[in-house]
Amino acid sequence: VILAADLDVAQNIFFGIIAAFSVFGALRVVTTTNVVHAALWLVLVLAGVGANFLLLGAEFVGITQVLVYIGATVVLFLFGVMLTRAPIGKDVVLTNSNWWVGVVVALPLLGVLTYVLLDEWGDDQLPRETVQRTAEVSDSIFSTYLIPFEAIGLLLTAALVGAIVLARKE
Amino acid sequence: MVLNQFLLLGAVLFSIGVYGVLARRNGVLVLMSIELILNAVNINLIAFGAHHGTVSGQVFALFVIAVAAAEVGVGLAIVLLLYRNRQNIDLDEVASMKG
Repeated sequence: VILAADLDVAQNIFFGIIAAFSVFGALRVVTTTNVVHAALWLVLVLAGVGANFLLLGAEFVGITQVLVYIGATVVLFLFGVMLTRAPIGKDVVLTNSNWWVGVVVALPLLGVLTYVLLDEWGDDQLPRETVQRTAEVSDSIFSTYLIPFEAIGLLLTAALVGAIVLARKE
Repeated sequence: MVLNQFLLLGAVLFSIGVYGVLARRNGVLVLMSIELILNAVNINLIAFGAHHGTVSGQVFALFVIAVAAAEVGVGLAIVLLLYRNRQNIDLDEVASMKG
């Protein structure tokens, strides 16, 4: 017997709206003929993914998503577009002549993934109380995952130094 | 909520990202498609973390976000260098190492 309270009506309606926006935005990112528009559609997708994190009770990751991705990464992309004077306009071809290879790869991939997920996870329900406190996340980072965390710090430093070395003029 | 609704959304975003990587010829747009793929993976990590009731999924999603930031920095530097040397960032024309 399925009770109405078990269906999470509000969350599911919200999820449906977010998912529709995210998928539409993602399709526009890979099909739009304007590079700046692609960056702006990417904002919609990233915000949708962040909202999904909130739905799943991962508040800290949701906020980090907004700060790092929408705040920094998209701005970096726009810098990249401006600095490379990427053609801003509709008449430039941004897609390969053999774009159909992408379709041939992506559609079977989606089919296989969908089959595997439905076969393995069926209609497994998520637990009701899924909100995980930020304190638990930070405790986990600074105890169990301390060494990977330090490695990430080193990686970010190396990447930033590498980016400066690559991009600076001789 | 069903676990699969998040996993399937992740699968759709992942496939769209794979299409973008293969079909786009502009370097910046390829990097954007890679971001789509990484976000799809993050949805999966968080969803499985919630499913199992652990915070490990969130920790790994944070690591993925950090690595993605580093990747975009280096990637855009490479694209910038490409532009400086060739005056365009058309990936189809970066075939000078082809035998």
